[in-house]
Amino acid sequence: MPSMIDALIEPWRLEFMQRALLATTLASITAALVGCYVVLRGVAFLGDALPHATFGGVAVAFLLGGNVYLGAAVAAVLSALIMSLLSRRGLLKHDTAVGMVFIVAFALGMLLASLRPNYTYNLANFIFGSPLAVRWDDIWVMAGIGGALVALLLLFWKEILVTVYDPPMATALGVPAAWVELGLMVGVALAAVVGLKAVGIVLVMALLVLPPATAQLVAPNLPVMMAMAVALGALASVLGLYVAYYGDVSPSACIVLSAAGFFLLALVWRHLRGRRARSP
Amino acid sequence: MGPSALEVEELWAGYNGHVALEAVSFSIEQGCLAGLVGPNGSGKSTLLRTIIGLKRPWRGRITVFGQPPRKSLLGYMPQVEVPDWSLPITVLDVVLMGRYGKLGVLRRPGKADRIKAMEALARVGMADKAGRRIQELSGGEQRRTLLARALAQEAPLLLLDEPFAGLDAPTQHELLHLFQGLRREGCTLLVATHDLSCVATHFDHAVFLNRRVVAFGPLHEVLTEEVLRQTFQRHLLLVREGEIYAEHD
Repeated sequence: MPSMIDALIEPWRLEFMQRALLATTLASITAALVGCYVVLRGVAFLGDALPHATFGGVAVAFLLGGNVYLGAAVAAVLSALIMSLLSRRGLLKHDTAVGMVFIVAFALGMLLASLRPNYTYNLANFIFGSPLAVRWDDIWVMAGIGGALVALLLLFWKEILVTVYDPPMATALGVPAAWVELGLMVGVALAAVVGLKAVGIVLVMALLVLPPATAQLVAPNLPVMMAMAVALGALASVLGLYVAYYGDVSPSACIVLSAAGFFLLALVWRHLRGRRARSP
Repeated sequence: MGPSALEVEELWAGYNGHVALEAVSFSIEQGCLAGLVGPNGSGKSTLLRTIIGLKRPWRGRITVFGQPPRKSLLGYMPQVEVPDWSLPITVLDVVLMGRYGKLGVLRRPGKADRIKAMEALARVGMADKAGRRIQELSGGEQRRTLLARALAQEAPLLLLDEPFAGLDAPTQHELLHLFQGLRREGCTLLVATHDLSCVATHFDHAVFLNRRVVAFGPLHEVLTEEVLRQTFQRHLLLVREGEIYAEHD
């Protein structure tokens, strides 16, 4: 079936599609790994809030003509720090602090964007993502941040594991649990930065949550869950780009909906397996 | 009196301005199986958390084997409600965490650590469940897993928070047997519990706590009606059965 193979290969003959594939795969792999923490800890709201908070930094960078990734990273890390400080010592509930800080950062971005109406179009690209407009220098930055993040996650694996499972015990064992928690928040923020251009602020949360949630339904243990989340994230990127190419629709939306499709399949699989186990 | 494993002097601690521990002073000799006894809310957990360094005291002094508390000297078992049992990890993963303190940053548990962890699991009767996912454990198995993790720390002083709560009688008996074995090996244990009858029949020392220390020392000296009344106040119904007191909480 040469026509089928041609159809599979055709999109990747175009350089902008190659770049889109690299960018979305990088974004989904990073998000999937960090997302395992988000899903297991039950902090999906954080996974929504920190990407939104980057918008303030993106707008400042635009206005000052600075590096957008740097602006986004500074905004996200600062927001994570302020959320953490506000919820310390029981001043505010963590959830409340997260909700307050991210929306202030986002509003700041909107205010700055409205100062220069001609920016609005460019800034919208960061909100909804534009993987087809990704340049090679974007990819290098994404690979740099993503690679560093993955390396740190693997390096401090045991410290992260004990902090997520039992924070007081982590402290008793000499692990600085508060710093590990803060580091994980910063990790979520940086994963959002990686996904900024490829899938956009609004949809990056989907990459943080959907592949790990899918993997959690079927994986027998944590290492398998992480590996599956990464594979599912990458697969969703490829599938989404195919659909977007042939259907001429929004690529970021297709990637997220592909990830959601995998989740539904996993749900059905689990249901069927449960029924088989119950039947005599 | 032998050399002390744990000395607490004039310790004050609390939460948001509310006092939980009031001028707490006591000491425990090396090689004791000591009960930390008091009703709910008497400050038992707070005391253990302060000794382990999870909570900063308002003032007071703690020494462990004559030194400031160090993680290598202290093994700890939190209450079973503290950890997140929904994580997709195994019993062995949890017990291996007990080895982290000895490993330092960046080093992973190796074969020797796995052997120690399996030994600890065997001591609590869980060796056959090492590969089990923690989500599937019963309450008693969760407690034994946490106890195995405390044992894997190989610390000379063990602080255990309510290890008996929710256990059936045979499992409780096995644990007591294990504690006595550990004591014979030279380990010192301080076990927080509100199960007075268990302490009365199987422990050799006790600290009676109700925000302040009511009494501490060898059980036969401190287990008096007056001490029990002061510790448990109206929560206690005393029934004299020979030398054993029954509790009503």
